[in-house]
Amino acid sequence: MPEIDKATFDELKQMSGADFIGELIDAFLDDAPNMIQNMQTALSAKDVESFRRNAHSLKSNANTFGATRLGVLAKELEFMAKENNLDIGNRLEVVKDAYDKVAEELKGMRS
Amino acid sequence: MTSTHEPGRLLVVDDNKVNRILLSRGLEQYGHIVETAENGKQALEMLKRGEYDLVLLDIEMPEMNGYQVLEACLQDAELRDLPIIMTSSLDELDSVVKCIELGAEDYLNKPVNYVLLRARVNASLEKKRLRDEQRKLIRTFTTKEVADELLKTGFSLRGNFVNASVMFADIRSFTALAESQPPDEIIEMLNDYYALMFDAITSHGGSVNQMMGDGLMAIFGAPVYYEDHSERAVRAALEMLELLDGFNQSQVAQNKSQIKIGIGVASGQVIAGFTGTQHRAMYTCIGDTVNLAARIEDYTKSIDQSILIDSYTYKDLPDSIKTQPLGPVVFKGKSVSIDVYSVETDSHKA
Repeated sequence: MPEIDKATFDELKQMSGADFIGELIDAFLDDAPNMIQNMQTALSAKDVESFRRNAHSLKSNANTFGATRLGVLAKELEFMAKENNLDIGNRLEVVKDAYDKVAEELKGMRS
Repeated sequence: MTSTHEPGRLLVVDDNKVNRILLSRGLEQYGHIVETAENGKQALEMLKRGEYDLVLLDIEMPEMNGYQVLEACLQDAELRDLPIIMTSSLDELDSVVKCIELGAEDYLNKPVNYVLLRARVNASLEKKRLRDEQRKLIRTFTTKEVADELLKTGFSLRGNFVNASVMFADIRSFTALAESQPPDEIIEMLNDYYALMFDAITSHGGSVNQMMGDGLMAIFGAPVYYEDHSERAVRAALEMLELLDGFNQSQVAQNKSQIKIGIGVASGQVIAGFTGTQHRAMYTCIGDTVNLAARIEDYTKSIDQSILIDSYTYKDLPDSIKTQPLGPVVFKGKSVSIDVYSVETDSHKA
């Protein structure tokens, strides 16, 4: 089961231009690990606001590329933080794992 | 899509790199000039330094979030009218509603769709252009104070009752004058004349709201209320005559025709407001007072007086302005007689 929804991705590619999609993917691969790292840091520091904001950004980008599952997972974390709940169990691990798979797929879709 | 549009200078504010480049790309492809800011604080600094036509503003940001930027812009006289389109994800509907209520121009969902992005941006830019044009137009018809007041209160097409003084001024026997001179000289003379009259009127806080060939209508006390609107109108009338004196002297020196005018002022309640459509509107006043001012101005010709005023204008004048009672006059279309006063034209020298 692929992580990236092909229809959403193709639409993005067509909209922004095929020559541009590589730059967009690179920006995401550049930024997303920081977001996840920031969430980790915020979790240790019990900084709900920072955790929520980074989960929000990750969700936003995941949805842009059609990484539907990652988007749903990030959204769940965003909402938990919104409720002031950082009792997230292993959910951040699941997010990392999902992101790794998304990243692999996107690398193959660059051209 | 190749609809005609003018490029705008836009600021994209988003803490997220992917969103920033996606938005910039979509707008640059369309010919707009795009700059980006990574957070609200940076955005506000850029807005205060540079000139932008439109802002695309993310809500969720560190440092200063979208609300704070929006509020700061709305409180800043220079940035208040800058259109701001909020960009947000679908599940932030509450936040979007809050922003629109605060005064954001529009909103756009992320992930962004380029067709919608361009349509909303172009619509906002077009609206801004209309507003800017309206503002320019307003500035040419009124004083800066009046224009500022109008821009602050907005261009609602609602009317309201106000107490004000209405002035009509007209060139005597203009038709004969027009027939005896070449057209370009007539237009030049009219333009010089209007420039002087505008000066006299606006420097006393009045605004000219109509020009009809050789005549004009001005209002004092609206849209900005002045307690002393009667005195302002009469003092403006006196200055108009004084400026016209100088104008006539230079006309004589150049062997050109002189201009004589009659001015009528009436005060009281008028209905004032913008009439027209959202795209083309003018500030205007209607009511008995307006009608009376026009009749009084007309009457100046019959009795060869320069400035005539009604009793409501008269009663608010200070003693330093000298007047002569001319007794009651029954004007056409009026059932009761009106006490009319002439203003002594050298009373401004007192």
